Amino acid sequence: MNGWFEHLTTEVRTVLVGIFIALAIASLVSITLVKCKPDRDWSELRARIRTWWVIAGLVAGSLLLTPEAAIWFFAFVSFLALKEYFSLIPTRRADRRVLFWAYLSIPVQYLWVSQRWYGMFIVFIPVYLFLLLPARMIIIGETKGFLRAIGTVQWGLMGTVFFLSHAAFLLAIEVSPQPRVVPAWPHELAAAYPGPGLLLLLLVLTQSNDVAQFLWGKSLGKRKIAPLVSPGKTWVGFIGGMATTISLAAILGPRLTMLDLPRSLFAGLVIAVSGLFGDLNISALKRDLGVKDAGSTLPGHGGVLDRVDSLIFTAPVFFHLVWYCYG
Amino acid sequence: MDESAANPSTLDEPHSLLDLEVVKQGPHSLLRYVFFLFVIRPLMLIIVGMNVRHGARLPTSGPALVIANHNSHLDALALVALFGMNRLHLVRPVAAADYFLSSTWFAWFSIRILGILPIDREMRSRHRHPLDPITDALSAGQIVLLFPEGTRGEPEKREPFQQGIAHLAKRHPEIPITPVFLHGLGKSLPRGEALLVPFFCDVFIGESLKWTGQRSTFMEHLCSTYDALEEEARVPEFN
Repeated sequence: MNGWFEHLTTEVRTVLVGIFIALAIASLVSITLVKCKPDRDWSELRARIRTWWVIAGLVAGSLLLTPEAAIWFFAFVSFLALKEYFSLIPTRRADRRVLFWAYLSIPVQYLWVSQRWYGMFIVFIPVYLFLLLPARMIIIGETKGFLRAIGTVQWGLMGTVFFLSHAAFLLAIEVSPQPRVVPAWPHELAAAYPGPGLLLLLLVLTQSNDVAQFLWGKSLGKRKIAPLVSPGKTWVGFIGGMATTISLAAILGPRLTMLDLPRSLFAGLVIAVSGLFGDLNISALKRDLGVKDAGSTLPGHGGVLDRVDSLIFTAPVFFHLVWYCYG
Repeated sequence: MDESAANPSTLDEPHSLLDLEVVKQGPHSLLRYVFFLFVIRPLMLIIVGMNVRHGARLPTSGPALVIANHNSHLDALALVALFGMNRLHLVRPVAAADYFLSSTWFAWFSIRILGILPIDREMRSRHRHPLDPITDALSAGQIVLLFPEGTRGEPEKREPFQQGIAHLAKRHPEIPITPVFLHGLGKSLPRGEALLVPFFCDVFIGESLKWTGQRSTFMEHLCSTYDALEEEARVPEFN
């Protein structure tokens, strides 16, 4: 193995190539649909797939560069998601400086990630920012709407920055000398660079769970899980999606990461469940605010929040599963 | 773009700020291009972020007038960025000479780099009219950006349009006027604030309109167009 991309194992590269092959197939299918049924409007589907190419290209590109680049890519995603959130919710003019500090916490939080400083990474936003932001707001002194203002800022910051940064911290994980579970390395190189495989497993399982829940629900689903929040989520979709995700986890987990088969199956289970609630979480937010999409940054998908909704929930849950077993 | 810094002493002077050498020089095409490519576009498209609707309604060539509601200094930068790099040389945002030409350095930056089209709102002479520079730019085939409210005012509150736009439309009945509704930049950088706090900016472009032949119907038409554009936007509470 020579210098190029040596931080990526053969399995990681194979999965990356596999993603692009899957996208190529999706593009071909959509082009065929446009040709065969030109009377229907396929522009939404075409835009969606095109945006997928961009997302996959950015993730794969940053991963190929260095794990560090991928960490800062996630920092940028956090920035876009937080900005989208602040643009959607009611805000007070007096709080502009508070929001500015919230934005500033993004580079700091991701600095802890790139420094592999777990202790600071895990307390910085839930403890220090949780204290700093109300302190800044108190200095400004506007009390009308204080609770709503500070509550909404903290809630958004936890999801879009703290939870998303857990996905990035997967790249910084080092297996402890005495782990609770003996890591089952596919081979030596994986032990030297466990991060990219873990991140890729999380991303592939989260996104494929979204797609699988949608497809199962669309074809067979009837009984709705949360009809008031999202009419599209059905029990059949959820169970079918979960079965698909667990199967995929069984195939990919032991090859991409140090997770053995039982832990891989468990990872598939928790990602399927938390992914559903992450999705519904942003759906509930949008319903409350009376919007269909959280933004328009990603043509065919809506906003960045619409794309990372599941990841906000799956990233911390998957991270702590790995951290508990091997960290 | 702002009338707060109007200087009454210019009234008595025989020479207008528009007689400055830098105004005659006009924008520096290369420096302006580089500045917009590496500073303004990344700022407006990545840091702030624009949510553009009906982008195809923007004029593709001059002469044309584009008008927008005014909340922030970023408004003009957003509108210029909207036209992309290929049309940059055509696009000139109208701005008040008394504010933007108030100091030598600022005048140089406003004209040479930002490429503003200064107008002297205080100018009253038999030979020249305040709208003359706009007429000249339109005759040169440029796309002129104008804020008919005349002032940024309270953030995210639309002020009534001044009559200047009706004068202008009457002067150029053949030129299309494209209305743009902006929302969000008054939150990112409101009047009186120096700290930029990013919020996504909505940019909704309306169908272009022309002089209707009568001031009252023209202003009514303009107002109803803006009401319709504002209706499209979802404006979260900000006070």
